[in-house]
Amino acid sequence: MTTVHTFRINGSDVAGTDGQSILAVATENGIDIPTMCHLDGLSDTGSCRLCVVEVAGSSKLTPACTTLVSEGMDVSTTSEQLCGYRRTIIEMLFLERNHICAVCVANNHCDLQNLAEELKLDHFELPVIAPKVGIDASHALFAIDHNRCIMCVRCVRVCDEVEGAHTWDVMGSGIGVRVVTDMGTPWGESTSCTSCGKCVQVCPTGALFEKGRSIGEGSKERRPFLPYLKNQAQEPELT
Amino acid sequence: MTKPTLATVWLDGCSGCHMSFIDMDERLLEIAERADIVYSPLVDTKVYPDHVDLCLVEGAVSSEDDLRKIKLIRERTGTLISFGDCAITANVPGMRNPIGVQPLLERAYLENVTLNPGAPTEVVPALLPMALPVHRVVKVDVFLPGCPPSADLIHQSLVDLLEGRTPDTRGARFGR
Ligand code: SF4
Ligand code: SF4
Repeated sequence: MTTVHTFRINGSDVAGTDGQSILAVATENGIDIPTMCHLDGLSDTGSCRLCVVEVAGSSKLTPACTTLVSEGMDVSTTSEQLCGYRRTIIEMLFLERNHICAVCVANNHCDLQNLAEELKLDHFELPVIAPKVGIDASHALFAIDHNRCIMCVRCVRVCDEVEGAHTWDVMGSGIGVRVVTDMGTPWGESTSCTSCGKCVQVCPTGALFEKGRSIGEGSKERRPFLPYLKNQAQEPELT
Repeated sequence: MTKPTLATVWLDGCSGCHMSFIDMDERLLEIAERADIVYSPLVDTKVYPDHVDLCLVEGAVSSEDDLRKIKLIRERTGTLISFGDCAITANVPGMRNPIGVQPLLERAYLENVTLNPGAPTEVVPALLPMALPVHRVVKVDVFLPGCPPSADLIHQSLVDLLEGRTPDTRGARFGR
């Protein structure tokens, strides 16, 4: 039997079932929480922290995508503090690598760029780091420009959970963290990659792209509608 | 009453922001009517005036000359506006930042040349270690993102500023 939990988001009464995340219930009720690493149909990792919300009685901010609903919770999604944190997170995503929108394959088709606009970020307060970051263009069809990667790990999840290849993984930590193929071998030499292109399709930025497209063509423009993820998202919960 | 004064400055950028400024077309006449354009690549003055009310700065701060200029401009300007992505994030000029000045100069003036190899040491100003956003060097009052910001955004922002409002930069974004 499903247990229904009633609780509050931004002062409104809402209801969710056992195992639902705050984010899922908020979305059902038309309450917008900014997200980045979340993608319907993939598991949630709470890695980008953009969807952090406040839960009354807890001093910690908690990601809405990985926090399950419980009876009597009192959730706030829009405080000034939260908006400030979200802006800082976007700033850090920009500054930890090298984002130059004007010459990026994802220009105008980029979730990070959209969010910056949405949160009215018109400059960055944090210092410029400009790290030296590589590109792996060894794959015949695709390339990864780590300058544009925001470590949302959507590529890692789609490759593992949908394609079943598990080519992608995460290596290192802190500012040196990178997504890698086949435990750190060049993508072009990967024996597990099926060249399905799902990672390229789910990547929210210009990090993963198809080769042979110019910036002007906007290789991300024709991003397909990801039918395999739609099916996943609609599948009933297996318990 | 004297008109407010307006300046535009071109540091390390491609001049695209100034092209977009010119793209205001007939609205330039309206701006010229409401403000005196006292210093700009588009006018003849060689020396930055003692006091300017509004100044649009295009480009990153990349050289010792840029640095000297922007400090002087800040001292003499009421409202300083970071004009476009290069001024705001260092953008394309900032692509040299991960490379470093020495390897960059070697690549440009030694590795790829046959005639008179050697980095220039005279006339052209020395590069700073990094191309920097203007607000990392001096205080900036208003940010107009875009590569370049659209003529509409420039016009609307200038009108807002001339009428004493904080510009509404909704819809402006990096790149585009
Ligand atoms: S990935 Fe997005 S935010 Fe980063 S440079 Fe490209 S368009 Fe800009
Ligand atoms: S490559 Fe793209 S999908 Fe993968 S972690 Fe980086 S930004 Fe996310």
